Amino acid sequence: MKAYLSAIFTILWKDFLLEVRTKEVVTPILVFVFLVIITFNFAFEPTPALLAVVSAGTLWVSFTFAGVLGLNRTFAMEKEKGGLDGLLLTPVSRDALYFGKLLSAFFFMLAIEFVMLPVFGILFNLPLFLPSLWLLTVLTTLGFAAVGTVFSAMAVNMRAREVLLPVLFFPIVLPVIIAAVESTSAIFAGAGAGRAEDWSEFARWLQLTAAFDAVFLVVSAALFQFVVQE
Amino acid sequence: MNLSLRTGLLGLAGVMMLITLYMAFLWVPNEATMGAVQRIMYFHVPIAIIGFVAAGAVFVASIAYLIRPSEKWDAIAYASAEVGVLFISLMLLTGTLWGKATWGIWWDWSPRLTTSLIMWFLYVAYLMLRAYAPKGVRGARYAAVLGIFAMIDVPLVYMSTTWWRDVHPQLLVGPAAPEGALDPTMRTALLFAMLTFLVLYIALTVERYYLRRAEEETERMQLSYEGR
Repeated sequence: MKAYLSAIFTILWKDFLLEVRTKEVVTPILVFVFLVIITFNFAFEPTPALLAVVSAGTLWVSFTFAGVLGLNRTFAMEKEKGGLDGLLLTPVSRDALYFGKLLSAFFFMLAIEFVMLPVFGILFNLPLFLPSLWLLTVLTTLGFAAVGTVFSAMAVNMRAREVLLPVLFFPIVLPVIIAAVESTSAIFAGAGAGRAEDWSEFARWLQLTAAFDAVFLVVSAALFQFVVQE
Repeated sequence: MNLSLRTGLLGLAGVMMLITLYMAFLWVPNEATMGAVQRIMYFHVPIAIIGFVAAGAVFVASIAYLIRPSEKWDAIAYASAEVGVLFISLMLLTGTLWGKATWGIWWDWSPRLTTSLIMWFLYVAYLMLRAYAPKGVRGARYAAVLGIFAMIDVPLVYMSTTWWRDVHPQLLVGPAAPEGALDPTMRTALLFAMLTFLVLYIALTVERYYLRRAEEETERMQLSYEGR
């Protein structure tokens, strides 16, 4: 068990070091998300009434786009210099490889989202820190990364992979996104009305998202070995 | 399955389809509130159910392939997915026609409709994966992974969309249906139509299966010829 965990951590640390040195994922995607949010702002001509309706959707569409961009990199960067073959040759179980890559995708996405949430709050005139929204973001991102890691590993060997990844992956991950948008709307509606956060209403959504996460994690972890098998 | 059996299966589907057409358009009475447009149901409902059967077949064949890789399972999954996309497309098409006539709108974002549409996307994605993934064992394995994911996803999409009011009509056939919900001739016509589309699905899938095997064989011959 200890070797297993340390293998996961080593892969995570490797990705983290790579990111610190190359800065290929977090920084460019951060700017991209900012741009998407700004573009939505222009598209909707925001009035306060309209903002209340569209803000949850805007937030999650932006994060979904960002997530796909990040996932495109997750295995593409391994592929470029034959790193994936190296990883597969190491005496590490396929599960450990999966969870390592999953965690690195998860933390990169989360880093981007945690920077953007306050920025989003400023632009859409919402509270800068909503604990329920942050918790929801963590859970949604986990489900997103769980499925995304498997599809990223597949897409990397396909033609037209940058386009194909979202085409394959969006319909699968849609339940998580729907739950996220819907619960975010509830959170924003509560925040807009100046009410304290209503955790009982919100807990239902949190449970649903957690259930999706569990299903996706189990299925993805079971199927990942077939994707990287030679 | 030999060729005469395959031809017979297609012929059977054709004859049954003629009977279904007669039943749906001439034999059953007009529905009281919806009128003649309700006759779309003799096609829409069986097509929808067989669409799900096709998706289930992809799921089972995909699992079988991952447990014991063989070109047969792969070809079954492929053939069933292609016929399944056809059926799901027809389900959406007949459903929107009926919706326009009965609800006055083509489309409504109710859980069932949304889930059907997402299901269509899932299996179109499956076919796209087949086209863009590497050839051979690796592509087949990727397709099997997606085939399993897709089937597991369908109930999740349904769950996540059920907060909306569902305007889709309730089931009129099956254990959950209320007693006497359907006129006896209507019930017969509907059940016969289901059987027809099941035979049609099997016939089409069998044909596509042999075509797929022939494609793979041709490809192998071509490769071995070029290799020389």
